Order: sequence, then structure tokens, then C-alpha cells
Amino acid sequence: MSNTQSNRFFFNVDWITVLIYMALCTIGFVNIYASIYNPEKSDLFNFGSNYGKQLIYIILGLILGLSILLLDAKFFSVFSPIVYGLTLLLLLAVLVIGRKVAGNQAWIAIGSFRLQPSELAKFGTALLLSRYVATFNPKFKDFKSIMFAGLIVGLPLLFIMLQPDTGSALVFLSFMFPLYREGLSGYFLVIFLGLIVLFIAHFLLPLYITIPAIILVGCFFIYQNKRKQKMMFSITIATILAICYLFMVKLIYNKVLEPHQRTRIEIMLGLKTDPKGAGYNVNQSMIAIGSGQALGRGFLLGTQTKYGYVPAQSTDFIFSTIGEEWGFAGCTVVIGLYVFLLLRVINLAERQRSTFSRVYGYCVASIIFFHVFINIGMTIGIIPVIGIPLPFISYGGSSLWSFTVLLFIFLKLDSNRMGFI
Amino acid sequence: MDNLFNRKYTVQGLFLIVCLILVGKLFYMQIVSDKYFLLSNSNVLRKIYTFPARGVIFDRKGRVLVQNEPVYDLMVIPNQVKEFDTLDLCNTIGIDTAGFRKRFHKAVVQSRYQPSTFEKQLSVQTYAALQEKLSNFPGFLVQGRTVRHYPDSVAGQFFGYVKEVSPKDIEDSEGYYRPGDYIGKSGVEKQYNDILRGERGVKNMLYDARNVPQGSYQEGKFDTLARSGEKVVSSLDMEIQKLGEQLMQNKVGSIVAIEPATGEVLAFVSSPGYDPNRMVGRQQGNNYMDIFGQANRPFLVRPISGYYSPGSSFKPLDALIGLQEGVITPDMTFNCPGGYWAGNHFVRCEHVDGTISLRRGLARSCNTYACYVFQKLMTQTRFKNQKLAYDEWESKVRKFGIGQKLDIDMPYERKGILFTSDEYTKRFGKYWRYTTVISLAIGQGEMSATPLQMANIMAIIANKGYYIKPHLIKSIGDKKIIKKDYVQKNYVDIDAAHFEPVIDGMQDAVNSPWGTANASRIPNVLMCGKTGTVQNPHGKNHSVFIGFAPRDNPKIAIAVVVENAGYGGAYAAPIASYLTEKYLTGNISGGRMAQVEWMKKQSVLPEVPKPKIKLAPKTTDSVAKEAAPTAADPKKNTAANHLKSGETTK
Repeated sequence: MSNTQSNRFFFNVDWITVLIYMALCTIGFVNIYASIYNPEKSDLFNFGSNYGKQLIYIILGLILGLSILLLDAKFFSVFSPIVYGLTLLLLLAVLVIGRKVAGNQAWIAIGSFRLQPSELAKFGTALLLSRYVATFNPKFKDFKSIMFAGLIVGLPLLFIMLQPDTGSALVFLSFMFPLYREGLSGYFLVIFLGLIVLFIAHFLLPLYITIPAIILVGCFFIYQNKRKQKMMFSITIATILAICYLFMVKLIYNKVLEPHQRTRIEIMLGLKTDPKGAGYNVNQSMIAIGSGQALGRGFLLGTQTKYGYVPAQSTDFIFSTIGEEWGFAGCTVVIGLYVFLLLRVINLAERQRSTFSRVYGYCVASIIFFHVFINIGMTIGIIPVIGIPLPFISYGGSSLWSFTVLLFIFLKLDSNRMGFI
Repeated sequence: MDNLFNRKYTVQGLFLIVCLILVGKLFYMQIVSDKYFLLSNSNVLRKIYTFPARGVIFDRKGRVLVQNEPVYDLMVIPNQVKEFDTLDLCNTIGIDTAGFRKRFHKAVVQSRYQPSTFEKQLSVQTYAALQEKLSNFPGFLVQGRTVRHYPDSVAGQFFGYVKEVSPKDIEDSEGYYRPGDYIGKSGVEKQYNDILRGERGVKNMLYDARNVPQGSYQEGKFDTLARSGEKVVSSLDMEIQKLGEQLMQNKVGSIVAIEPATGEVLAFVSSPGYDPNRMVGRQQGNNYMDIFGQANRPFLVRPISGYYSPGSSFKPLDALIGLQEGVITPDMTFNCPGGYWAGNHFVRCEHVDGTISLRRGLARSCNTYACYVFQKLMTQTRFKNQKLAYDEWESKVRKFGIGQKLDIDMPYERKGILFTSDEYTKRFGKYWRYTTVISLAIGQGEMSATPLQMANIMAIIANKGYYIKPHLIKSIGDKKIIKKDYVQKNYVDIDAAHFEPVIDGMQDAVNSPWGTANASRIPNVLMCGKTGTVQNPHGKNHSVFIGFAPRDNPKIAIAVVVENAGYGGAYAAPIASYLTEKYLTGNISGGRMAQVEWMKKQSVLPEVPKPKIKLAPKTTDSVAKEAAPTAADPKKNTAANHLKSGETTK
């Protein structure tokens, strides 16, 4: 039975997801067009222009996606170590022969074609991680399995950090969600959240407030668990670790982070206002989005967009175009589409028989989620400026294709959900 | 389904919550707050202003007194400046490289993206030279505007000057003015600033992020064109104004001429003056300081803020009030033994006439006669005491405009000095009598008038009992609007019949062999007048003449004050007669032309005042202080000084 199904290429494909995918791509094209729009040269199909190129990328992306559907579902599981290895090689290669764009050595140029290996690394890692979970079925209760999963995620992360491309590296944190789903303790999520809270607190509050606060929280938990001796011990350890972490953050922040990253973080936290310098992008992006008001200024009518006030508007800041020209209504629709897509992918993942497909589905949803959250959060000033694209919408072939491949592999796996991999 | 299935909801819930946070922030930015909407407009919208030309000022016969000349401001947008030959630019506009750096730095500090003024008011010639090369200087542009030009270089203090608005002006204007606007700072330019300034034009332009203009906002729906200021016709007669200024060369003083029937000021000379063209253009600031530092305060507008005791020129008022009160008749005579005994003080006359009547008393400027009239006024039996008599007299004098502003249409007018009885009580105690203040009879003591007030008294006598508020602007705009105030007659409550004998006396003062100004008789014109030789505590006497002409249907009333020039008949009267003749007949008759030339060459300047240490606390009235060195300041006189002051009056 499985044979006949897999022979019929497009059988069981979740067309709703494909539709959302196409809707997002279209929204992307329309807004890239608006971002680049120049009233003097307004031919729609100018393939020299970026929106013309994006149209080609979308068409090629669709072809790419459909051809993935033609592949055998087993292919991805089988070849995942090879894909992973290849991406690692590319990541290494980019450090050696890569081209510097905006300070990051993230691109490999082949002729006029430029490739960003960190994009490929995402689904390479996702594939191998899924393969690992599917093969060994670890419940992540033991140190060894956590270490192994951490290694799979950590290697590409390390290479990307070396480029240095903190934005793309951050996305690798999204693999926490599939691991959590597969048994990783919820404490990891809580600890992770706690680390972030402490990190932010370190900037906003002086040590003589944060340290007593940590101790107070520790005492509260000890009081809560006064019957459990073992818990008391670990809570004390955790409290001490938290204080150590605070000092470490201070050290790392001042010694390890680049000056421009420090400024970005400080601007985001409101410690620094510099509307002409590093804060310029965010400031202009927020002005553009805020000026859209409820229904937006209308297609091609956004003054901030038309007159180029937001830098990098067709790529990382594409959401500001949506915000200005389509207003709150447009923003809500776009975010709604993403939410729908994310929840749907999770739901699809849960109906998989094979662990490989399920883990991979969670990876896909988590990666997309991280991108959406960080990118939109950045354009509206709740996250520091981290240069990662908005999935399916931002201009750029590398990003669009890698998300297409990411999603369509899952669609292929899903269409084959009755079969075994 | 394994037991970890429920974790799906945790993950999905987390996704949902985070996305809701994003939507929440968007809701705040796009719907709750309008901050970003306003910011976006200030991003793209720029208002480009065009400056209006100020209104042209004509003289009463339609000759242009003030016109506008194009000048060009060189502007710079610092972020558009690329490498260029700075030396070439410096040479073209006449600055050095240090000056270039200074100006450029100033512009950068102001704004990198907006045009700031680099060099103001380039002349047409400089502009022409610059225009050819302007493309070599990226980031520099030229903005046209107009500045004042005075073809005849006359009446500097009358027009006042125009200057770029100060930060305080901007603040006071409640948003009307912007940096770069011009405002009238003194004279007519200040008084009529709202009419002369016109309306700024505005263009709402859209600019892109690189500060490149992208066309007008909403097809120019909110744009306006600059509208020039209204035309204004002044009451001045350019020819006699010019002649008056020439006659007053190297003299300190002023001339005011009024057309009695209308109150229009025909001549408004304040000497020393300055060339109004010096207060225009790039050198304005330097010239201002230069003129400010010159001797005898050229910026003092003497016709309205110079204080002079009227001296003998006050005597017609003695006679008029005496006649109105009925204490004298035209035929009543007094005996002049060469002076008048006021109590134990003697007011001397320059002559011994014996029996003297009103007519002869005025013509001869008899102090004795004036003192008797004053004595009679103060000792009328209908008043319970002399203080009440004085109050009545003071109110009558005040009606003639002494001691109060005439509301002329020019800023900084002063009201002169006339004491009330209470002020005398304060000074002399309760027991003062007419003998204490007898010098008021001969226009000395606690009495000061501006030349404008003196001329206005002449207009009242010429009109036989009323005046129209003197004014400098005849009509405004194309419709020739005249202010209501300037057609209304102000009566002084003296019967018209009483003017005849007084005018007779004034006629004799000029036209009879025994008159004090008979040297200034104008052939074929019957001028009536009165000389005054004003005692001046700071130096030589001031020469004063007031008069009007012709006797029947008078066309001109005039007051001339020449400081430190001695007898009224010596300088003031001839100057008045030349102007009067010129105004009435259009030229100066035969032999008198030589006198005019002689008069122009006379120099009567006060000695350079020695610096003196002032111990008196600074008064709040700064204008009053300004007048102090040149005009009598009776407040400082003691009673003894006060009495003595009458002695030299003729």
C-alpha cells in the first residue's frame, strides 16, 4: 500500500500549507515591489530589479518545492548525515573563501550566484537531529543523549558564530523545542528563560538589587520545598550559579561581544538612544510601521517606504513596508498566517507515525517561529537588531529556497505519513 | 500517542503567546499612539519658504522713498557638500578660508541635512559671479530675497531699519516668525511692520531619505505664494525733507513740519542723522555699532524724543489762555521797565519798551508782558487759591499737547514735561505761589516739549483752535486707507476769535522791523512765528523757532530746534523760513539762495561733552536717559536754578 501511495507523487500533500506558503510568497513579492518601487521605472517584470529577481526566485522555489515532492520520502532520512556533513563543510569553506557582506563572512560566491551556507545548515541540522532521535529514541534524561543532541546543534552553531553571524546562530536555539517535545526536561526551557531574564536584568538593574533579589527568590523556593532536602540543595546551587552567571554576563558582555552588538542591545533595552546612528534602522522602521495606523497608507503610497527612509527595507526590514502600507490590518493578517502555518505544521507533525517526520516537523515550525519572532520583534523594537530574514517574505534567493526546502521536505514526509521511514 | 503528546500544547501555546505579544505592540504603535504618524510626516515633509518683499514707501507726491533691491543668500546643505575648490568659493564671495571653516562649522552644527545660511545678502554683482560657478560647489545653493534701498538716502530715523528677527522676536511672535524673517526694528518700519512685511510663501515639499526633493505634497494643495507688503504713502515731502537735512548738516537739532489742515508731517528731520542705506546689507551690524558710537547720538529720534524747554516760543499760549480766561484783552497794556519783579526775583527783558501790548509783546518777545499775563491768570479771584488757578492753567496747556503724547505713528514717542500742582507741592512744599513758578510764563522751568509738540502747537494756532493728530503715514495700500484717528479734530477749547490778536503778534515777529525774526521774512509769503532762545543748563542756548505760513489758509506749521546755536532768530528762524518758502513756492527766491548755501555750511556742534560721573541711580526709562545729554533736564534743577533760568530768555 505504501508503495502505491508514494508512487503517486502529489497524493496526500497538505495543500492548505502549500496555499499559506504561496500566500506568504505573494505578500513578499508585493511588498518587495513596493519597497523598491520607483515611479519613473515601474515596469512590473523588470528582471534586473530586485522584485523581478524575487519573482524568479519564487518560481524557481516553487519548482524546487514540487520536485522535492517527487523524491522518495526515505531519501531525507537516509542522506541526512551526508547533507549535514556537506553543510558543515560549506560552513568551514565560507570561513576560508567566503565573501564579506556587511561585516559577516557568510556568503560563498559562485559566479554571480551567492550562497549562504548558514541557511542550508538549518535543515541539515534539522534532518540529522530527527534522524538521531528516530534512530536512538533517546528520552534526553541522561547526560549522554543531551550531549549528543547538543553536539549536532552546536557544531554548525559554532561555525556560524565564527563568521560571525550571531543572528543565524541564534536560530539554532529553536532546536530546543523539538528536543523538549521528545522528552527534554521543561527545566531547560525555564532555565533558558531565566538566563535571558537575568541577562536583561544585568543591564537594567545594579548588582546590589539583582543579587539580593536572586537570593530572595532562592529563599522563597527553599521555603516552598522545606520538606525536600534534595531540592533545597539543588536550589541553593542554582542560586549560587545564577549569581555567578550574572558576573559572567558582565565579563562576556564587556569582553566578548562586538561594540556594534553591544550598542544594539543597549538601544533595544532603552539604555541608549541614538536615532541617527545604530538606532537609525529601528527608529525609522518603527516610524514607518506606526505611521501605517489601522488600515495603512495603501499600496505604493507609503511615504517612508517610497522615499527610502528604512534601510534594508526589502530584506530584513520588509515588515516595515507591510506595516506602513497595509497598517495594523495587514500586520495582523501576516502574523495570523504565520500562526496558522506554525500550528498547522505542529498538528501535522503530531499525526506522523515516524518519529523522524515528527521531530523534523517540530524543527521546521521552531525555525520558522524563531525567524518570525526575531525579525518582526526587531522591526518593532522589542528585540535588538539581528539580521535574519522574515521567512518567505524577505527578499533573497538563499533564504527563500532554504525555507522552501525546509517546508517541502516536511510536506513530502507528511504526504508519506502512513509509510515507514 | 506517547505521554509527551501534551507537550504539543505547550509549544503551540508559546508560539501563540509570543505572536500575541507582537500583535499587542503593533496595536499600540499603529492604533493607540499617533507619535509615529507625526514623526513620519516630519521625516518627509519640509516647508520651503519664500520671503516676501516689504511694502514700498512713497512720499506725499508719489515719489519713491523706500524700495527693494534683490540680494542673494548663499545657503549650504552640509551633507551634500563634496570636495571642491574652497579657495575659489572664498574669493568669489570675498571671505577667507578661516571664515569659510567657521561658517561651515556653524552650518553643520545647525543641521547636516537642511539648508542653513552660509553667507547673507550677496550683492547682484557677487551673485552673478557666483552663479556661473555654482555647479562647482555641490551642496551650495542661492536663495533670493529683497532688502531695503533708499534712493535719496534721506530720513534715516523716520524709516527706521529692518533686521533679521532675533530669537526673542520669534518667541514674542507666537509662531509667526521663523529664523531668516525680517522685521522692522525702529521708525515707520517698526510701527507699520504688520502692513509692510507681507506674507511669507510656503511650499510643502516631500523629501526622500537622501534629502532629495520628491515633488510637492498633495499637488501643492497647501502651498501659498509670497505676498508683498502693502504700499504705504508717507506724509513726507521728499524735497523739503532733503533740504531740511542739508540745512541741519553739522548742527544738532530737529525740524518738524506739519500740514495744519490734515496733521500730516511734511518734514521730520533729526540731526545728526545717518544714511539709511548703511543700515542695510552685510555691513549692517558694523555700521550700527559705528553710528551708535558717533557723537550726538544719531539714533536718537529728536523730533519725538528730544526734550527742549519751549522758551519764548511758549508765549503765544500765555496770550491765548489769558484771552480765553478774560484776564487780558488785546488792547490791554503793561509797563515793561526792562524786566519783571517776581517777588524778590527779577525776570529780565532784553529791551525796555515801556507800555507794551499783546501784539507788540509777542513780536518783541517781551518777558515782562508774559509774566504779567501769568500773574493775572494765577491771581484770578474766582479761584480759592493759586494752586487751583494753576490746575486750571495746567489743564489748558495740556490740551495743547505739552506733557502728553500725541500718539504719532512712530515708536518711542515721549510726552514732555508739565508739572501738576501736586508735583510742585512735593518739590517746594505747601507754600509755593505764582512767583515761584514764574519761569513757566516764558516757557522755562518744569516744562519740556518735543519738537513735534511745538510744531503741533503751531498747527493749532494756524487752525485757530484744533489739531489733527500728527502722523507720518498718509494712507495705506492701494485703497489708500486712512486711519479714523487721523481725520478727527481735537479742539483745545480756545475760542477762534482769540487767535487773531495772537497771530497778529506772531506776524509782526517775522514781518515787522521790530520783530525778533524779521531777518527771516519771506518775500511774498506772510509767515507768522515766534522765536525762542532756550536756556540750556549743559551749554550754549538752543535756538528755537516755531511758526506757520501763510497767514491766511495756512499750509505749513513748523518747529525748528538747533541746539547750542544761540538766539532763535539766528539759526532756527532762517531755517524755518527756507523750508517754508521751498514748500509753498517750490523754490527759494533770489538772494536767499546764497543764505541757504551759507546756512548749509554752518557748523554749530556742541563741545564734546566731558565724561561725567553720574551718581544718580539709573532710571527705568532708558529713552529718557538717552535724551539727557542734549536736552534740558529740569527735574534736576533746584528752585534757585529754576528762577535763574528765565533770565536769559528772549
